Amino acid sequence: MTTMWSELEPILAQVEKPARYIGCEDGAQQPSHDPSLTAWLMLYPDTYEVGLPNQGLQILYEIVNERDDAVAERSYAPWHDMETELRARNLPLFSVDTHRPANEFDIFAFNLSAELTYTNLLNCVDLSGIPVRTENRSLIDPVIAVGGHCTYNPEPIADFVDIVVLGDGEEVVGEITDVLTAWKAELATFDLSDPAAAEACPLTRRDLWARLAQVEGVYAPALYDVTYDGPVITSFTPNHPDAPETIEKRTITDLGEWPYPKNQLVPLTEVVHDRLNVEVFRGCTRGCRFCQAGMITRPVRERPADQVRTMIQDGLKRTGYDEVALTSLSTADFSGIEQVVADSVGQSDGNEGGDNGCSPVSISLPSLRVDAFTVGIAAEVQKARRTGLTFAPEAGSWRMRQVINKLITEEDLYAAVESAFSQGWRRMKLYFLIGLPTETDEDTLGIARLGRNCVEIGKRYHQSASVTLSVGGFVPKPFTPFQWFGQNTGIELQRKVNLLRDDLRKDKSVKLKWHDPSATAIEGLLSRGDRRVGQVIEQVWRNGGTFQEWSEFFELDRWLDAVADAGLTLEDYANRHRTEDEHLPWDHLSAGLHKDFLWQEWRDALAEVGLEDCRWTPCYDCGACTGYALEHVVASATPPAGGSQGTGQDLARGGAVPVTLSPRPVGASAGS
Amino acid sequence: MTPVPPVRLRLRYTKAGKVRFTSHRDTARIWERALRRCRLPLAYTEGFSPRPKMHFGLALRTGFASDCEYLDINLEPGSEVDFAELAQQLSDALPVGIDVTTIAPTPSISAVSLQEAVTSCRWEVELANVSTEKANETVEALLAADKLEVTRFRKGREKTYDMRPTLLALEVLEPVQDRARLAFELGTQPRGFRPDELLAAIDPELVPSYVCRTHQWIDNDGVRTEPLSAPPSPATTDEVAAA
Repeated sequence: MTTMWSELEPILAQVEKPARYIGCEDGAQQPSHDPSLTAWLMLYPDTYEVGLPNQGLQILYEIVNERDDAVAERSYAPWHDMETELRARNLPLFSVDTHRPANEFDIFAFNLSAELTYTNLLNCVDLSGIPVRTENRSLIDPVIAVGGHCTYNPEPIADFVDIVVLGDGEEVVGEITDVLTAWKAELATFDLSDPAAAEACPLTRRDLWARLAQVEGVYAPALYDVTYDGPVITSFTPNHPDAPETIEKRTITDLGEWPYPKNQLVPLTEVVHDRLNVEVFRGCTRGCRFCQAGMITRPVRERPADQVRTMIQDGLKRTGYDEVALTSLSTADFSGIEQVVADSVGQSDGNEGGDNGCSPVSISLPSLRVDAFTVGIAAEVQKARRTGLTFAPEAGSWRMRQVINKLITEEDLYAAVESAFSQGWRRMKLYFLIGLPTETDEDTLGIARLGRNCVEIGKRYHQSASVTLSVGGFVPKPFTPFQWFGQNTGIELQRKVNLLRDDLRKDKSVKLKWHDPSATAIEGLLSRGDRRVGQVIEQVWRNGGTFQEWSEFFELDRWLDAVADAGLTLEDYANRHRTEDEHLPWDHLSAGLHKDFLWQEWRDALAEVGLEDCRWTPCYDCGACTGYALEHVVASATPPAGGSQGTGQDLARGGAVPVTLSPRPVGASAGS
Repeated sequence: MTPVPPVRLRLRYTKAGKVRFTSHRDTARIWERALRRCRLPLAYTEGFSPRPKMHFGLALRTGFASDCEYLDINLEPGSEVDFAELAQQLSDALPVGIDVTTIAPTPSISAVSLQEAVTSCRWEVELANVSTEKANETVEALLAADKLEVTRFRKGREKTYDMRPTLLALEVLEPVQDRARLAFELGTQPRGFRPDELLAAIDPELVPSYVCRTHQWIDNDGVRTEPLSAPPSPATTDEVAAA
C-alpha cells in the first residue's frame, strides 16, 4: 500500500472541510519513495488550518526533499470525524502529499509549539498503528522525533518519543538522515519478516537511540534514568555509555545561508496566517523575562535586507498572495525595517519594478513592540488594508513591567494609541499577562486603568472608539528567569479576572477577554513537569482528551482525575516555587544560557531592576553566544529609533520616547 | 472625455480530481490568487478592504466535479489582454484539476449574472455497488413521483420544497464496472437542487459515489446555449475520475 487515496475518497465526501486532507497546495511535493531513502513525515499535532502555516516544518520539508537520500511529506491531526472514519475502517493516519500510510515512513518529526497538543501527538502516533510508549516499539517502527519550543522541557513526553531535537533544525535534519540511512541499510541485511532471522538480528532499538544521540542537539530520553524524592528530582543519569551528560541546542549561525521556505506552501483552503511569511531574523535579546522564545533562540541573527526583499518579491509573485508578514520575535528591531517595509508596500505600485498593475500588497508585522515603530511606517502598513491593531504592554503598571523587563512606559503606549486613533483606527486590542511574579491587585487593576485611558484618548477622535483587553494567565517556562516561580493557581487567576470584570463592568467601551485559567493551570503542569506527568497525558488521551487547545474540548476534570490517579498534585508542578539548588527536570538540556545568569535575572526581577538589550550594549554573558562561540548578526550597530532600550536612557524611569505605533494582526503569536 | 467601459471576461473551467474537495469559497480564493499571479489587471472594489471584482456562477457542492464552471471577472478600463496565452497561463497557476478551457470577453458589465442566466444543469452521477436493475427502478420511481420533497433550513426555519418540477430529464447511462450511472437534467430556477437530494428523496441509502456537472444551460425561448461553448474535446467522466 503506497497510497490510500481510493480508500480516502469516500470518506472525504462525508467529513467536514475535506480540503484539509487533499494536499495539492502550490509548493507541495510528490516525492518518489524508495527503501534506500529515509522517509520523513513532518507532523503538526493540530488541525491542518493551524499546522500548515508552521514555518519550521515547511523549512525542514524543503531541506529534506532537496537531499538525494531522503524524502519528506506532511501530515496533521485529523479532525474528530476523520479520526472516527479512519478507526472504523481500520485505516492509519496518512500523509497529505501522496496519501501514503504514516507507518510507511521512517521518522515522524512533530513540531511542538503548545503543551496542550501533547495528547494529539499520542493520538497521531496511535492512529498510525505505532505503540505510543517508546518501550513497546519494535525495531522497524518509525522513529518518533519532536522539535520546537516545547521540547526545551520534553520530560512530560519522554516516554513517548524516541528523540528530541533542540534548537534550529536546518542542519540537524541532515545529520539525523545520515544516521537513519545507514541504519536502514544495515537493517536491510536482515530479513525481519522471517521470525528466525529477526531473532538473530543483533540490532536493537536502543542501538538506534544511542546512534542518534551522537548527533549534537539530539536527546534520546530512554537512555537516561531519573530518581525522585517527593516532588523533587534526586538524580538524572545516563544508562548508556554513549549518552551525553548534557545535550546542547543547535544554532545556525547565518540565516542568510538558509533562505527557506523557498516555495512556501499556498493552501487551497483557509488557514491561520494565510499570507506570505518571510522570517527577517531569529532570536531576540530584548530580555523580557517571561518570554521563553526570547531566551532559547539567542543570539539575534538577521537575514540580509536584500535577501528579505528578494524573498518578498519572489514570494508574492509566485504565490499570488496580497499580504506578507515579516516574522520574528520583534520585527521592528530589524535593522533598516523602515526601508524594507516601504519597499514591500511599493510592490503594489503599478509603475514600479515592471509590475503590471497588481493588487495592493498589505504588510503585517507580528510581534511588534509598542516603543519601536514609527507612525510613518504605520501609515505605510495600512495602505492596502487597515487590519486589526494589537499592542502588547503585557503588564498594567510600570513596576510590573520592570519586573518582567518589558520597559515600555505608559506614555509610549498612549502616544501609540493616540496616533492609531488619529489615523482612523477605531478599535484596538491590548495583550496582558496576569499572575506575573510579585503581582499585586493594584498591578492587575492597572490593566483596566490603561484600557480606560486608551478609550478616553480614542473618544477624542471617534464616538465609537473601543479597546479590547486580552488577558492571559502567566505560565512560567523552562530556560527563563521565571522558571523558579510558582505559578498562580487557576482559582487565583480567576479571582484576578473577576477583579478586572468588576472594575470594567460599567465601561462599555472596554471589552475584556481572557484565556481560561483552568487551561493555564494544565499548561503549567506540562510546561515544567517531569517524566511522571507522562502517565497523566496518556490517561487524558485514552479518555478521549484530544484537541485540548480547543476550549470546547478542554475538560479540567479529566486532567485533574489523571493527576490524582498518578498520585501527583498540580500544586507540586505548577504552583510550587523552586529553590536555587533544586534539580530542574530540564537541567540536562542546554539552550546555552548559564543557570547563574537566569538566577541573577530572577533576583533582579524581584528587585525590579531592568536589563539592557545586549545587541547594542556590552555583553553580559548569558552564555548563548559565548558558550557556542557565536555572535549576534545585526546589520545595524544602533538600535531602531524610538527603542526604549539600548538608547542610553534611564532604565529606572523609562525616559521620554518618541511617538510610536505597532500594529499586530489579531491572532499573531505572542512574542516579547 | 468619456470613460472607457470596463472589460468583463467570462472563463470556463473544470474542477476534477483531488481538488474537487475544495469548497466554493476556497475555489474563489484560489482564483483570486491565480489571477494575481497571472498579473491580470483586475478591477477592484472601493473601500477599506478592496477585493477584485469576480462573479461566480452557481455554487458547486464540495466534492462534486465539474466540466463546466464559470467565472466572470472585471478588468480595469482600457485593459488589453492576450487571450491566446491566458487560458494556459491560468491553468498553470491553478491547482491540478482546475483547468481553464475557454475564455471570452463579455460585452457589458450590466449583462445578466451567470446565476440568473443559467436555467438548468446536466449532472452525471455514479452509484457504487448498484445494479442496473436498481438503477432502472430508481429512474422510474423518480420520474413517476408526484412530489420529491426535501427540507432545508432557511433563515433558521425548516422549509420543505418539492423538487419534482425541477427534474427535466433523467436517463440511465452505461455502467462502469460495478458503478451504475445516471444522467440528470435539473432546472435551477427559481431554486436548484442537487441530484443527490433527489436520490435521497426516493431512497436515503442511494448516496452517489461520484457526481459531475457536465453542462450548464441557458434556455432562450426553447433554444439552449451554454454560457461559453464547450472545449473541442471535453474529458470523459472516466478520465476526470481518474485524474
